Amino acid sequence: MTSLAAPINLLAALFLLVAFAMLSQRRLANLISLYAWQGTILTFSIAMAAYADHSAHLYASALLTGVLKIVLVPILLRRLARRLDLQWDRESLVQIPTVMLIGLGLVIFAFNAALPIAGVGHIINHAIVGIALASILLSLLMMILRATALSQVIGFLALENSLIFVATSVTYGMPMVIEFGIALDVIVGVFILGVFFFHIREQFDSLDIARIERREE
Amino acid sequence: MIMNLFVRQIVQILLVIAMAPLLMGWIRQCRAWLANRAGAGLLQPYRELSKLLRKQPIVAHEASPLFVATPYILFTTMVVAGAMVPMTTTRLPLAGVSDAVALAGVFALARIFAALAAMDLGTAFGSMGARRAMLVGFLAEPALLMVLFTPAMISGSTSLVVIVRQLARHGIILYPSMAFAAAAYVMVTLAENARLPVDNPDTHLELTMIHEALNLEYSGRHLALIEWSVAIKLFVYIGIGAALFFPWGITQGHDLAALPIAYALLLAKLAAAGAGLAVIETVFAKLRLFRVPEFLGTAFLLAVLGLLVRYLFGH
Repeated sequence: MTSLAAPINLLAALFLLVAFAMLSQRRLANLISLYAWQGTILTFSIAMAAYADHSAHLYASALLTGVLKIVLVPILLRRLARRLDLQWDRESLVQIPTVMLIGLGLVIFAFNAALPIAGVGHIINHAIVGIALASILLSLLMMILRATALSQVIGFLALENSLIFVATSVTYGMPMVIEFGIALDVIVGVFILGVFFFHIREQFDSLDIARIERREE
Repeated sequence: MIMNLFVRQIVQILLVIAMAPLLMGWIRQCRAWLANRAGAGLLQPYRELSKLLRKQPIVAHEASPLFVATPYILFTTMVVAGAMVPMTTTRLPLAGVSDAVALAGVFALARIFAALAAMDLGTAFGSMGARRAMLVGFLAEPALLMVLFTPAMISGSTSLVVIVRQLARHGIILYPSMAFAAAAYVMVTLAENARLPVDNPDTHLELTMIHEALNLEYSGRHLALIEWSVAIKLFVYIGIGAALFFPWGITQGHDLAALPIAYALLLAKLAAAGAGLAVIETVFAKLRLFRVPEFLGTAFLLAVLGLLVRYLFGH
């Protein structure tokens, strides 16, 4: 198990890097590819946990994650972006260096919050907890800062990825039923939100949250 | 023993001065191949330098002594920087007395003189180039320092000699923090050496140039010295990168037998880095000037993330 600590740590670091890349990405199409990359890293880490734990149900979980998050959800999102004609839209973000500095602050906060865990238990890898916590906060930040509804949804999906990441790396997975439930939830969520977007756009002529809010007043 | 040390030091200095144009030629040749051109050959930079050195330098009447002195200062600072980096052996007198922060200071000194000399004549392009160079410089320098601090934290010293010794002893371990630092270092190298995503090294296109605007007023042997110092700077940056991230093959002991192998390895590292640089320059388009802060902000972020990850993992 200890022999796998180094690759899992490397994957965790890459996971954090992808979270930052998603935070600073302007184009929706690239954002979706980054989401697929995040899914790839997640799949690898689950597979590694399965290998370390010799458990069949983690292998099944890795397979499920791989199919869902590398193939299915990105395809759905791409199709949605194409049909909404948002694919090459550039979002007006707040200044990217500012966003990055805020993100760095969140990372420092998360790492500090995770440090006491090292003193409590020997089994739990506090570094993974810190990185997952940082990714969760970064996904939340992304949902706050993004202007359009679709990229906010991607932020939400990234949040879900981070939660799965910490769950599998720290506790070696949840019961199979729960994993299937979450997977189903994600796919149903993407479908429903897809339908939702068309309604929103018909109603407000835009997916820009700020504009929708102004209409309501 | 002391003679031995001095011989090593002098050999390295001569190597850096002599090989830097060859590295430039290699990069240009790789870029030409990637663009499906024949290229001018590896020795073209030497021909250009020898031609420029034979020509008479023209200096404006209003130029101050600073303007004339700057090419010599640039060349000297870069040679000193080249002497300070343990490229093939850690047993160098000058590498032992200086550390990574001093190295960053030497680069800053050269940058300040280049900017002052460009503003000296008061021409529009010179001042514009100086301002842009300082913008890039002041964004790249904190990123460079942060990059240097990650291996410094791992090895417990900012001295490049100690860093190389420690990292080479650990063998091939993939530190996540070092991967972050390496990525940031590549970005800083591109910016500091005025390479493609930040500045186009080949053109004199007035509105986009940064580095070329600085030496627009120079000619003859002054220009030759500046071009040469640019080549040495790139050589030194690649040397630092090799020392920090690929320290294998740098000899530690006193015996001279291992030195030829170390030099061969250095050549291989330089060739690989030059080819990689050519690929980067072929693949990426030049950034708008106002995108450069984002580019270097990302480099800074990567470097700080490397430090933080190192702090979290504890290795």
